[in-house]
Amino acid sequence: MKQLLILSGKGGTGKTTIASSFIQLSQARAYADCDVEAPNLHLINSLGEKTSKPYYGMKKAKIDQSKCIKCGLCQTHCRFDAIDFDGTYKINPYMCEGCSVCQFVCPVDAIEMYDSIDGETTIYRGKQLFSTAELNIGSGNSGKLVTEVKENLKSNLTDEEFVIIDGSPGIGCPVIASLSGVDMVLIVAEPTLSGLSDLQRIIETAKHFRVKIAVCVNKYNINESLTRKIKKHVEGLKIAFVGEIPYDKNVVKLINRGKTPIDENSEVSFAIKRVYENAIAILNA
Amino acid sequence: MQIAVLSGKGGTGKTLLSVNLSYLAKNSIYVDCDVEEPNGLLYYKIPNIETNDVLTLYPVIDHNACDGCQKCTDFCKFNALAFILGKVRVFKELCHSCGGCSLVCPLNAITEKEKKLGSIKHGFYEDTEVYSGEMNIGEESGVSIIKELLNRVSNTDKTVFIDSPPGNGCSVMESISQADYCILVAEPSIFGLHNLNMVYELTRKFNKKIGLVINKASNDSIIYDYAKEKQIEILAQIPMDLELGEMNSNGEIVAKNDKFRPIFESILNKIDEEVQS
Repeated sequence: MKQLLILSGKGGTGKTTIASSFIQLSQARAYADCDVEAPNLHLINSLGEKTSKPYYGMKKAKIDQSKCIKCGLCQTHCRFDAIDFDGTYKINPYMCEGCSVCQFVCPVDAIEMYDSIDGETTIYRGKQLFSTAELNIGSGNSGKLVTEVKENLKSNLTDEEFVIIDGSPGIGCPVIASLSGVDMVLIVAEPTLSGLSDLQRIIETAKHFRVKIAVCVNKYNINESLTRKIKKHVEGLKIAFVGEIPYDKNVVKLINRGKTPIDENSEVSFAIKRVYENAIAILNA
Repeated sequence: MQIAVLSGKGGTGKTLLSVNLSYLAKNSIYVDCDVEEPNGLLYYKIPNIETNDVLTLYPVIDHNACDGCQKCTDFCKFNALAFILGKVRVFKELCHSCGGCSLVCPLNAITEKEKKLGSIKHGFYEDTEVYSGEMNIGEESGVSIIKELLNRVSNTDKTVFIDSPPGNGCSVMESISQADYCILVAEPSIFGLHNLNMVYELTRKFNKKIGLVINKASNDSIIYDYAKEKQIEILAQIPMDLELGEMNSNGEIVAKNDKFRPIFESILNKIDEEVQS
């Protein structure tokens, strides 16, 4: 499985817009949405038959009040402030990380660990295979869920097939999980001071994985001098700069109609095609 | 009072709002909780800012004392310990610092050592107090940095503005945990709507008072209609404005500009009324 991952560091730079265009341009056999905290790719591509499965994250602790002797040892040892006391000891499931230290220290075996559903994974089987997931509100373990989304792709594909993966913002666990095993990362930057700072952090993160890296700038005409600065910075790091895409308010209109920017010929669609061709050339080199 | 700004989707204008509101509000604190990609200090440029490390614990194995019983590797739920070629190995990045391994070790062969997870910067910009958390690159989770940031501002009389991370997971939940009021920011697209709905559910689950700002407003009423349906107070609609966009892209505090200040002043006034009601 040849994997092209789209990341950005900063949110809202256009990962999903570009991923959906690439999916259409490449006719890739399969694609995935690894932004499990805020997935959006399913809103824009035509989907096939849906199969969903509950996602079990880490187990969580539960206190059997009939056995609890209120010694408080569990609360003393919990490093995640997950045990509250209001006359009885109670586990806050949002804070519990499932380490089971409380169960270990409980002298009367009053604590058990139970399976907890933290989200849902979904496979759509249409013309293309689409693997996605949604994390339950406020849950942890998004990295583990990202790994499941990628496993779901892998188990349905042969080695040679090409896939496009839409990633999440940030540089933490879901991003790290999405980077593992990919062949190439395309980073979508935006010409703002925030965009430049976040780009530097995501490049550093991606470098740990020894994958091919390329950078494009979206909405480049919002601040052309910062676009030039980003390009210079990227080239200075000997990273491929694969193109600039202009800002056009028509893009959001197309997306709101469930279309992608390449559904209509425009400066934006031509620019995305160029970025796509440059990126694929690097992937296949 | 704590006011958290959140959005689900990235790039909708969380930092724009929290920076400009905290700048205009008298006697306020700005806290950047987006520790993976913090940007607040690009606006609040503070020379010689005070920096403190945030530390976390990880296990160190005394291989002379270890007899290879593997109770620790069996216990670790985060796969941070593995028994390889006759030795217990530690994978620091996977460790959640629960302390379980050192508790279960029958030979006291495990001690915990501190390592740097990230840092907290603190300073003043005119009369606005500024905190910013930053996670080290390569780390998995910055939740403990967010906890530490919130500890620093838990006993203050000032109004605290919290710039939350994007998404809907543990970091976002942590950053709004003590908030008295949440400002949701959304942009009028189907992506914006879908992610707004997720953070709306999050704030409902924790019974937070909320208000909505529609940023990059166009003539598409997709978010406006949603707010009406859910009866969410609309605090402001900030139109798509290239001048504002360019100033903001250069790290300028747009509320210093007479043209844009009224937008943020009116949001502050509305929140005051809401919180007091």
